[in-house]
Parts: sequence; structure tokens; C-alpha cells
Amino acid sequence: MNRRTARPIARRGALAALGAGGLASLAAACSSSDPLAEETSDAAGGGGGASDAGGGAAGSLVVGSQAYYSNEIIAELFAQVLEAAGLTITREYQIGQREVYLPELESGAVDLLPEYTGNLLQYYQADAPSASPEEIAEALAGVLPDGLTALPFAAATDQDSYTTTADFASANSLAAIPDLAGVQEDLKIAANSEFEARPYGPAGVKETYGVDVALVPVEDSGGPLTVKALTDGTVQLADIYTADPAIQKNGLVTLEDPESLILPQNVVPIASAKVDDAAAAEIAKVTGALTTEELIALNTRSIDEQAKSADIAREWLAEKGIVA
Amino acid sequence: MNQLLAALEWLLDPARYSGPGGIPMRLAEHLGYTALGVVLAAVIAIPLGLLVGHTGRGRGLAVAASGAARALPTLGLVTLFALLVGIGLLAPTLAFVILAIPSLLAGAYSACEAVDPRTVDAARAQGMTEMQVLTRVELPLGMPLLITGIRAATLQVISTAMLAAYVGNGGLGRFIFLGLKTQDYPQMLAGSLLVIALALVLDGMLLLVQALTRPRGAVPAG
Repeated sequence: MNRRTARPIARRGALAALGAGGLASLAAACSSSDPLAEETSDAAGGGGGASDAGGGAAGSLVVGSQAYYSNEIIAELFAQVLEAAGLTITREYQIGQREVYLPELESGAVDLLPEYTGNLLQYYQADAPSASPEEIAEALAGVLPDGLTALPFAAATDQDSYTTTADFASANSLAAIPDLAGVQEDLKIAANSEFEARPYGPAGVKETYGVDVALVPVEDSGGPLTVKALTDGTVQLADIYTADPAIQKNGLVTLEDPESLILPQNVVPIASAKVDDAAAAEIAKVTGALTTEELIALNTRSIDEQAKSADIAREWLAEKGIVA
Repeated sequence: MNQLLAALEWLLDPARYSGPGGIPMRLAEHLGYTALGVVLAAVIAIPLGLLVGHTGRGRGLAVAASGAARALPTLGLVTLFALLVGIGLLAPTLAFVILAIPSLLAGAYSACEAVDPRTVDAARAQGMTEMQVLTRVELPLGMPLLITGIRAATLQVISTAMLAAYVGNGGLGRFIFLGLKTQDYPQMLAGSLLVIALALVLDGMLLLVQALTRPRGAVPAG
């Protein structure tokens, strides 16, 4: 008797639960809110901690970095020099690509982030013509949205490049990118997938230099997989950053860019309105001492010794006498 | 919902259906990588699993090894192998094989084990050799479980095959990575939808195979 009534009830209960669950997921799927927009602001708000967008003390800042180890080291240099000056710093490192973190800077969720002059300029102004580092920095100041400032840039550069092996360069007499037009074989370049959309990507070099190159996407931003693809001969070219120690270690050759298709990429601190003159002066101590050689040395420590960015930054600042 | 509609709009653009980077090509590449991974894994895992299931020995080792293999993150494996052998198809294929082996192994030995031991006894009593018992009794009767293992492995590999694009290969991962890196979320979502659709289609086909290879006239055990 019990079994006959219990089973239909249990089944009805199960069906009801299933139906409720189905309705709930249907409601969620039909919602028009942008789940990704919410996520970004939540992550920034939750991780912001001490510094509130609008309510926090002037003595606290949020320092961010790109998803790039070298950028994180530079950000850590800024963070530590500001901490030595008495500010409270919250770190939001490894945020992502430009399309992800610039909205955070603009909204004030992040206060300071090291950027690279040329790429940032081309992000806001796709048709920005190439020029000297000073002119690029000036143009950048003109296109930054209200509330963001480009502090004085450093001598250090870290730009995308068309890099090849020494053998390939000598075999085809390559010194500059236009020389690639004369190479008989099909050219392949290993780079991140977004290289396709960049102004200096395959479309750009085709238009400016008449060079045909196909992208082989390797998603490690010029890292060991990309370098290995180049040294193995799987690709003839690779987009390796000029501050990458791998170029010297593997005897690679960076091709000249006579038309400056790849804009100069000087390290430039991008600051929100919360960064006052005192903080800017502290940051200037770092940018004043940061040359490309210094940057390569910092990067080498990270790669060879697997040292943490906090340790590398602390020791460099002490060595330069910037922070005791 | 807007993101979903944008993704569907992306999929319906006819320009995407031609050329080396078009959807049909990427689908074909994706299927190819999956087939390669599953077939190679099957060549290794199924004979091994049948051996373990038939002889009853080494089962503990097989279970432990597949458990350990399941825990390995596939992207980590792809990166690790690519550092050793370079970019290209070899590194992700090795990773997919490792991904597929546990399910195939489990499918194979459970196929043998599921057969009623009395049936196996009867077969031996009739004078069948061990190989004949395996191929004429255990395998046909356990086929549904084997196909279930193949289905599980295929599903896992087809949803992970997008990682092949991480090291310069094609496949639907191209849409997903490019969409992710340039914040072109309709493209990323469209790529994911294609992977899901492909997985469902393949699963449906294997379900059909499972139904067709079901042993007819078999008396259920117990």
C-alpha cells in the first residue's frame, strides 16, 4: 500500500524539482544582462579592497599590470617605491590584454599601470602615424580619455618585433622587414592570435612593405613556445618582445622597421586622477633610471632565476639607491 | 541573451563559410584532431583494457593509472609537450591521447567484466580458446559498455581539442582564442557553440552505434 502511493509522490517531487531547475536556468539564459561586464566590475571591486573608487583615502592606490611578467615587474617597482613613500598599495596584477584593463583604468578601479607608448596610442587612435618617442608620448597625452594621465616615459622600450634566427637572416641577407619581400619561401610568423588584428600584423606589413607573411598563432606572447618554434625552424619569424632575454640567448636577429610600422614602445606609467604630484615624483624616480638594458636585466632575473617580481623589484630599487 | 544572439549572428554570416579559416575547414580540423586522439588512444587502451578485464589481473593498477591520468590538466600537458617537441600537431595529440586513455581503458575492462561468468565458463567448457572466448563471447556481449567508454573519451577529447589552437594548429579553438584575446565575445561564444554542437552530434552518432551493436538475444545476467 505504502509503496504504491510513495513512488508517485517521490516521482512528482523529483519532476517538480527538475521543472523548477529548468525554469531557473531558462530565466537565467533569457536575461539580457551582460554577465561579463558584471564579472569585471565585481572582480575589480572585490580585489580593490582598501581602495574604493571614490571613497578611499588619497594615501591608497591600486596598481595594476598586464598579463605579462615584465609588465608586472615594472608595476611592482612602482608599487614598492610608492609604499616606501608611505602609501598603501593594492596590487591587481595579470589583468589581461588592453581591451580588458583600460576600461578598469578609465573607471577608476585601477589607479596606476605601466603601459607602452606606441601600442596604447594606436589603441585609441588606430591611424596614428609613427614618430619619435617624444612625439608619440605627446600624441598619447592628447588621446587619453579624461581622468587618465601619461606620466613621463622611461628610456626603456619593449616592443613587438619581427625577429628571425641568425642563420635565416644571413642566408637571405635580411636586415630590415622590407628585405623579407625578396624571400622565395612562404613566410610564417609565430605570434599571439590577436597579432592578426594589430596594425603591424600581416595586413600592415603587406600594405607598407609588400611582405606576405602568414600567422601561426602560438598563445604564449613571445614566450618559450614561440622562441622554440623559431629556433626549430617551424616558422621563419616570431613576434618576440625586444626586452626579451631570449633574443640575446639564442642569437636571434631583430629586423629593422624603417617605416616605424611598429611604433616605439617606451614604458610609460598611466595614472588616474588619484595619483597626485607627490606620487608622480616617486614614480619618476623609477622611470628615470629604467633603460632597456636595465629592463632586460630585470627580465633575465625573472626567467633565469625564476625570482618573484617582488624580490626582483626590491633588489633593483636598493641597488639603484631609489629605496633604501 | 544579447551575447547569444550576437553569437548566432556571427554564425549566420555567409562570409565565414569559405576559405581556409572558415567554419567548415575549422570543423573538419577539429574532427580530425579528435579522431586522431581517440583512435591512437583506442589502439593503446582497448587491447590493454580487454586484457585486464579478461584475465582479471592488473585491474587495481589500471584503475590507479587512469585515475592519475584523469587528474592531469590538458593545457599543462600541451604546453609541456610543446616545449619538448615544438609547436604543431604532435604535442596536443599526445595530450589528447592521455586524456582519452582512462575512459577507453575503463570501457574495455568493464565490458569484459560485465559478462556473466557462467557464460564465459560455458564457453571454455565448450573448448573455446581464450582468444575465442574474448572475441566471440566477451566482446560482443560487453560491446555496449565498450561503446560507452568510446563515447566518454570522444566527448572529452572533442571538447578539449580546442587547445590544439594554442600551439599553432587549427580547429574551433582558433575562434575561441581569437575571440578571447580581442574581446570579440560573439566569436568566442560562436566557437564554443560549434564545439557543443559537434560534441552532441558525435555523441548521438555513437549512441546509434551502441544501439546497433547491442547483443540481440542475450539473456541479461542474474
